[in-house]
Amino acid sequence: MTLLNIVLALPAAGFCAILFVPRNKPQMVRTLALGIALVTFVLSIGLATGLRSDVSGPQFATDIVWIPSPEIHYHVGIDGLSLWLALLSTLLTPICILLSWRSIDVSVKEFYALLLLLEFGLIGVFASLDLFLFYAFWEISLVPMYFLIGIWGHERRIYAAVKFFLYTMAGSVLMLGAIIYLYNRAGTFNYTTILEMFSSGKLAFSSSEEMLLFLAFFLAFAIKVPLFPLHTWLPDAHVEAPTAGSVMLASVMLKMGTYGLVRYCLPMFPEASRRCAPWIVVLAIIGIIYGALVAMVQPNMKKLVAYSSVSHLGFVVLGIFSFTQLGLDGAVYQMLNHGISTGALFILVGFLYERRHSLEIADYGGVASAAPWLATVFLITTLASIGLPMLNNFVGEYLVLQGAAQANFKWSVFAAIGVILSACYMLWLYQRVFYGDTPEPVASHVYDLNRREWAVIVPLVVMMLWMGIYTLSFLPPVTRTNAAILNQFKINERFHVKLPPERDVAEVAHAR
Amino acid sequence: MPADWFPKSVEMLRFLPEVILTVTGTLLMVVEPVAGRRWSKMYGHITILGLAAALAAAVIAYQTPGPAFSGMLMADGFAAFFRVLVIGVGILTVLASYRYLEREGVDTGEYYALILFSVTGQCVMVTASDLIMIFIGLEISSIATYVLAGYLRDDKRANEASLKYFLLGSFATAFLLYGIAWIYGLTGSTNLAAIRGVLSSRDIAPSAMLVGFSTALLFVGLGFKVSSAPFQIWAPDVYQGSPTPVTAFMSAGPKAAAFAVFLRIFMTAFEPMGSGWEPLVWLSALLSMTIGNFAALTQSNIKRLLAYSSIAHAGYVLVAIAARSQTGTAAAMFYLAAYALMNIGAFAVVAHLSGKGERFVSVDDFAGLAARQPFTAALLSIFLLSLIGVPLTGGFFGKFYIFRAALQSNLVWLTVLGLLNSAVAAYYYLRILVMMYMREPSEAATNAEPLHAGMKLALVLPAVGTFVLGIFPSLILEFAGKSAVLNH
Repeated sequence: MTLLNIVLALPAAGFCAILFVPRNKPQMVRTLALGIALVTFVLSIGLATGLRSDVSGPQFATDIVWIPSPEIHYHVGIDGLSLWLALLSTLLTPICILLSWRSIDVSVKEFYALLLLLEFGLIGVFASLDLFLFYAFWEISLVPMYFLIGIWGHERRIYAAVKFFLYTMAGSVLMLGAIIYLYNRAGTFNYTTILEMFSSGKLAFSSSEEMLLFLAFFLAFAIKVPLFPLHTWLPDAHVEAPTAGSVMLASVMLKMGTYGLVRYCLPMFPEASRRCAPWIVVLAIIGIIYGALVAMVQPNMKKLVAYSSVSHLGFVVLGIFSFTQLGLDGAVYQMLNHGISTGALFILVGFLYERRHSLEIADYGGVASAAPWLATVFLITTLASIGLPMLNNFVGEYLVLQGAAQANFKWSVFAAIGVILSACYMLWLYQRVFYGDTPEPVASHVYDLNRREWAVIVPLVVMMLWMGIYTLSFLPPVTRTNAAILNQFKINERFHVKLPPERDVAEVAHAR
Repeated sequence: MPADWFPKSVEMLRFLPEVILTVTGTLLMVVEPVAGRRWSKMYGHITILGLAAALAAAVIAYQTPGPAFSGMLMADGFAAFFRVLVIGVGILTVLASYRYLEREGVDTGEYYALILFSVTGQCVMVTASDLIMIFIGLEISSIATYVLAGYLRDDKRANEASLKYFLLGSFATAFLLYGIAWIYGLTGSTNLAAIRGVLSSRDIAPSAMLVGFSTALLFVGLGFKVSSAPFQIWAPDVYQGSPTPVTAFMSAGPKAAAFAVFLRIFMTAFEPMGSGWEPLVWLSALLSMTIGNFAALTQSNIKRLLAYSSIAHAGYVLVAIAARSQTGTAAAMFYLAAYALMNIGAFAVVAHLSGKGERFVSVDDFAGLAARQPFTAALLSIFLLSLIGVPLTGGFFGKFYIFRAALQSNLVWLTVLGLLNSAVAAYYYLRILVMMYMREPSEAATNAEPLHAGMKLALVLPAVGTFVLGIFPSLILEFAGKSAVLNH
């Protein structure tokens, strides 16, 4: 029983346990859920500290037969790519539980049960090394989110929930088809075995076959990311979801898409990835600029943050499809950054909503005088989101732009416009909400952060600073895994790191 | 008189489930006029006992697999699989019927006897290895089901359903019979193995066009019974009009049995000319999935919605048949088991909620069910998620297995279209989930009676089964794979 299995099993066990708590004891449900989520998080830290730096393959691996024929394994493991995303899930779940402590008062039991089920699905997606298992977790994570949006969301929650489910489902069924096709050809769902078969030439596809398989995977991931023009489900889902739902959705679920691109599309279909890259990069850049422009004109705070996600995720996709070490590292780092800072933004917007019961920017003003601490934290988060040096987003955006510039200088010129625009919309938002006159409803309703809210937001602020200042705590395992992925490419070769021994990786990362 | 004028005892053993079912059914018919309504509580229990005994007999019969009655029947693994399935469906139907019949004030023994006779017919169908025997089984099953459809005789809709089902059903049966006659004329036999022998021999094989014509006739007859497009027109009306437990029964048992016959005929007798009928099945599969799913999108009556959904699911099974392989047959078997469980479960919830006179059968009536009866709502959610095809449920694994078989046989387009179809289908199942969890309680949900013990069993058993098939599919899968070899 490796640590990873325990981390994976705990939320599932918690889900089952909560189902058996009597309905009239909501406080017990909350405490139980928080306890389980915290224990899961503490244990998951062990994954980071225990990850060996001299092994490039998956660690904490378990591989046992689940279904003998067709051969499906329970095969999980963690490497530098999945480690931090799994940790992001375990970090944000207790935060989301604490965050919903007061605001969720109907069907409490179901809410927390579903939140733990969601955590189970998310960790599973990142840890799976069996394609079937990956797909199973991918779909399982869909169900709790659907209910979270549909039951505890705002006014148009049902429309948003159904749209979210159908979009994702439509994308993922084709991926299922591609997974089955792969299995029929390779005879296994084992991710590492399939990669070995590709590199040894035992498994080879004609270029049109490869392209179709790539597209089937890519579509599923692109919808999830979401890549322009497939993003239309996202603003609805984000705006209508309860705060915890928005946070989990933005911070972790969107990363399922980008993670899938790095984990599956690139290594398994390098040729097709290369052929499609120019088109995908164009879409990513359109997404960066379009998302930022649309965010700027939003009257609704949550919608603004939602569109900013489209823009930020565009950076991630750009980094991935630059096929350079820097770009890919930056993309993975940006996934984490976005998870932390956009998660924090949604939480803070949620705090404002709990006080003033409005998401309209026009209903606010002068919050800084009514709630100075809230304003301070919001400011730090805003600055992180627009990529101020010493804060986390700066590192990711910089690496992505640098990597993109290595591949094609024009790409980073256009993408950089997005950075400028993000400063415009975020600072303008901050100005309109926190400065100026304080209207009466704001003055009478908005109070400063209470102890629970401090507990919710402080970990994220700490992470913003830590990830912005001391990159070396996080980047080396990512670099190592990315280098292995990039080694399969024959493009942009001079920008690749050739799987160096461990000391060199540290130096490379440090040199940045 | 020859020495073997009476079937050998091992042959009787292979026929034991049908014997038990017939005896129990007849017993009910005899006892009821004598005992009257005093014992009405007992009839259901007796039926369950009879079905359980038949279930055991089906398992015992499999211990000595082989033919019976001069090759009329073939009690192999395939037969055992489907016998257990249709008898299981019978048990669940009876469990779901207790409270329903009591509420409608029609708890008579005849109802249970008809269920037993219909199950008998289905057992004969799935065991038969001769066209005549198949026809007899089909008729036994169908006639009992026609009567069951109109069981609420004062109900206009039930009458319409019954009449429609009977007229169209006998029309389709006529096609089937005509096809059988043609086949007999062309090959000189009604035994499936013998027909296969003639069709695959090079010298005496009859004209491909004539065989193709008779295959098409059989296809029409069976297509009606499994409600696949373009022979699906009857299904929504009949499903809507019939008493809900009967609908549950019809959508699972007779359908599974008809598919078993489909598989047995097409994978045994007509297997040699598979490339000829594959386009037919291909087209029918695509039409069934598309028509079923798209028509279901706009339904407001839950029984009609589930009827269209069952047409779509027939399409998925046809995809497996179009694969024309052992994996395909096993996939179809697995899917039918998963489908029977989730569909009976879903219809049982409808029966539970519908209230006296089936007043509450619109999708809107499910509003707020989760707030009033969280347990019932959770169970229905499991069935719906399985119907959508979410992992860890039987429905997902069934679909996975079907599309795997289809891709193995290079049916890439059919697979892609089928997968897209299953994404479309998610919409209408989600509508019910939305109603249950995201709306204010309706009159129906507020006045819903507590779950009756029998109904509880009829819901919990399929739910557990759905998870077992989704998480430990190998239990069933291995058996299905082993018994999917039909041309011994």
